[in-house]
Amino acid sequence: MVLSWKWGGLALGLVFFAAVALVKPIGVSTQFVIFNGIVWDAASPDTVVVDEAAKSGYASPNAYLNKSGGKYARSIAEPLNYGFLFVIAMIVGAGVSAVLRGGVARRERAMPAIWRANFGDDRRKRYLAAFGSGFLVLYGARLAGGCTSGHMMSGMMQTAVSGYIFTASALLAAVPIALYLFRKEV
Amino acid sequence: METILLAVVLGAAFGAALDRIGATNPGYIIGMLNLTDLHLMKTILAGIGVASILLFVGLMAGLVDAGHLSIKTTHIGVLVGGLLLGTGFAVSGYCPGTGLGAAATGRTDAMVFVLGGLVGAAAYMASHAWVASTGILGDFAGGKTTLGPVSGTDNPALVGWLPGEWAGVLLGVVFVAVAAVLPGRLIRKRSVAPAE
Repeated sequence: MVLSWKWGGLALGLVFFAAVALVKPIGVSTQFVIFNGIVWDAASPDTVVVDEAAKSGYASPNAYLNKSGGKYARSIAEPLNYGFLFVIAMIVGAGVSAVLRGGVARRERAMPAIWRANFGDDRRKRYLAAFGSGFLVLYGARLAGGCTSGHMMSGMMQTAVSGYIFTASALLAAVPIALYLFRKEV
Repeated sequence: METILLAVVLGAAFGAALDRIGATNPGYIIGMLNLTDLHLMKTILAGIGVASILLFVGLMAGLVDAGHLSIKTTHIGVLVGGLLLGTGFAVSGYCPGTGLGAAATGRTDAMVFVLGGLVGAAAYMASHAWVASTGILGDFAGGKTTLGPVSGTDNPALVGWLPGEWAGVLLGVVFVAVAAVLPGRLIRKRSVAPAE
């Protein structure tokens, strides 16, 4: 059973507020890049190099990892940083919470009921859609410079203009597509 | 050490909150987006409102350090990226944070979503130099702009005469009010009994 919107909203709001008050606004999608960078650097150690001249102390031949004075390059070289650990802890927190409430029903694990009602039981179809969606979501989030957490929630709570623009464009795509794709409900 | 502790406590709290509000269940996300179940939309709006009110009251009371604010740049990429993200969000019912959380709850489609996400992030890493060369990442509307000026920050303001802190509190109240008045659903679709 999920929390009522009042209690849920209060919990969510307190977490977002506490993050800004104590450290900085919550964001998630950057850590997909950091994870990729850690794997890439392990496979090919020249991906991130020490560079005294860079603002962060690190540099990368990849333009994205090298941007903002090598900010991402540094997070890859020093994975025990706030942003990366935050997301690891988030994954653990969600997993523990799910176990404590009894877990996700077996039938629901491969796909949500609303998908099954509209597109049938084929797992390959659902996985293909999930993979393509993951690609679009993270490519889009990195292009936008943030995701639902960083732009939509953290952005709008700080009255950031970018947060409103992001939210408007995300919903402009998401609502018509969801209305079109999911015509049956459960 | 303190940073590590904060990352663990705040991250775990965020993950647990996402799970308990239903955000790790793509059914709730899709229900919110096809307007048949606005429960999660009400929760998120209330969450933004509560966070905004606390933040700006805290700033005015001197309890929150304005240096902790972090305003993201406005550029054309925000709009294009938002459209791409919105598309995948609607099809899958996952976004980056909830996808990771859902994978941790044992959802296998979320694990596939995360894999796709890692490939998408890698594709962006590979194409960033080209994207930047098109000029769409250049500052728009002043760059790291907020609605009104906020004391203790040097972010440009969209409306110079608007007191930024009060705008934040007021908008926070509006978000909570909208959350309260939104109905449970806006439309009804053809109902299908879940197959056994």
